Amino acid sequence: MAWFKRKEKGIQTSTEEKKDTPKGLWYKSPTGKIVESEELAKNFYVSPEDDYHVRIGSKEYFEILFDDNKFKELHPNLTSKDPLRFEDTKKYVDRLKDAKAKTGLKDAVRTAVGKSKGKNLVVACMDFSFIGGSMGSVVGEKIARAIDHSIEKKIPFLMISKSGGARMMEAALSLMQLAKTSAKLAQLAEANIPYISLCTDPTTGGTTASYAMLGDINIGEPGALIGFAGPRVVKDTTGKDLPEDFQTSEFLLEHGFLDFITHRRDLKDKVNHYLDLILNQRLRA
Amino acid sequence: MEYLDFELPIKELEEQLDKCMVIGEESDIDVTDTCKQIEKKLVQTKKDIYKNLTAWQRVQLSRHPSRPYTLDYINALTEGTFLELHGDRSVKDDKAMIGGLGKIGDQSFMFVGQQKGYNTKTRQYRNFGMANPEGYRKALRLMKSAEKFGIPVVSFVDTPGAYPGIEAEERGQGEAIARNIMEMTRLKVPIIVIIVGEGASGGALGIGVGDKVLMLENTWYSVISPESCSSILWRSWEYKEQAAEALKLTAPDMKKLHLIDSIIKEPLGGAHSDREKTFATVRDSILTHFEELKKLSPKDLVNQRMDKYSNMGVYKD
Repeated sequence: MAWFKRKEKGIQTSTEEKKDTPKGLWYKSPTGKIVESEELAKNFYVSPEDDYHVRIGSKEYFEILFDDNKFKELHPNLTSKDPLRFEDTKKYVDRLKDAKAKTGLKDAVRTAVGKSKGKNLVVACMDFSFIGGSMGSVVGEKIARAIDHSIEKKIPFLMISKSGGARMMEAALSLMQLAKTSAKLAQLAEANIPYISLCTDPTTGGTTASYAMLGDINIGEPGALIGFAGPRVVKDTTGKDLPEDFQTSEFLLEHGFLDFITHRRDLKDKVNHYLDLILNQRLRA
Repeated sequence: MEYLDFELPIKELEEQLDKCMVIGEESDIDVTDTCKQIEKKLVQTKKDIYKNLTAWQRVQLSRHPSRPYTLDYINALTEGTFLELHGDRSVKDDKAMIGGLGKIGDQSFMFVGQQKGYNTKTRQYRNFGMANPEGYRKALRLMKSAEKFGIPVVSFVDTPGAYPGIEAEERGQGEAIARNIMEMTRLKVPIIVIIVGEGASGGALGIGVGDKVLMLENTWYSVISPESCSSILWRSWEYKEQAAEALKLTAPDMKKLHLIDSIIKEPLGGAHSDREKTFATVRDSILTHFEELKKLSPKDLVNQRMDKYSNMGVYKD
């Protein structure tokens, strides 16, 4: 027999008296593991129980990579125009307005320079939350200028890709950003300045077909989707079942397109360790 | 001869003309005037139709089954001197991407390009002009070889896209295209790119970076095909016409956006309606542009090319 007995049937508390759980207090990973938001942030936004790497943006990556979260943002005021007056079910200008309002960002990449373990590093980091991290004119120009900064000041360049590919609403203009950024990377290479490409979830389409695959080293985050054609397109075109780990970081490592996979907690160390080795300078602790 | 839906009035008049001529031959009736009138009407109808093509109609023309393909151009231009070269030296020979050496007049050129088939069997053999990573790597191998010997490159683009297959992904489709794009921005010999049919996205750009990028009049070049764009943005395949307009993918649009250097005119009725004339125009265009480019030092050539691509894009500062 139960020791507790409800005196009146049903729940009698009125809605106003019920206590609310604040939103965003907990994070649930795809395998169902639950973690407190604050703990998640302390753990580099990786779910501690299953090592699931939560999708994060430039704000979090800068915080992880730059010493004391101190950095100078490069060209923060570049914004998109609508040269094609593109309209599908929605006007491109409205999409831009909504994305800006929703994310507080100006476009899908932020570029910055700052100290990482005491030495300068230029970082360009894409934001997936801004129209799927799609690459249009602004993304191309900001990356190009960040590379110019690297060349001018002789600072290594780290690109963090997180993108669905080229931005359809800028059509061929966005396609040409592949050539524009690749041309700049060729100049960076001629200047013998190291370029590290970090592929995060997801890195697909035009991003993969340009800067994401052109690093002196290409590295990936665990479990990230990395590929040229999207998995659904591959499945529909070939009519074949896809291998289980198809287009994951692990798959790319196995097929020879990544140098290594790094847990986000080790990212800062690994990047700087590589730089110390390739530049033949004293190892930083 | 195959006709597209918007070409049906032309088909009708051509049939009328044929009948008229048959009557003239088989009977004593004088049909000269009637035939002349039909002919006149035919020319006018063709002019009316081809002067006012919509973006979607140009996409249809770019895929016309009778249109000349890359090898047709190369064979016509090189007049029996073409030597096809095969293989990427790593995995295999990609039949969707062809390449080799040949002469136009006295000048040797390295040719690369996607190749489509002209019937079911050859279409499959050519994988519908959709190259795998091996194809892009073969093209790069040939371009690097051209660079070594100072031979200019001519690239013919005609692809519905790079092949989205399992093996293609395993062997790094993205990496192959990225590598080509980067290497082409700094190749030390002149590169002339001609879009002769479809220019679909990264698959096209993978052999599409050049000092001069030219589009035949009835071709398209964009980041995605109108059909796929429709299916993604409108969530239906039904909006391909609107998508074609929105993407600004025609040669005149691309010229206006400064993303290509010039347009090669096609004969009235499209490239396939008078192949010899098309080949002659393309030949002249290649030679004219090469004359201009060969004056530049390799350093100036590369700098100019890099500047050109650096200036592409529209944004607010």
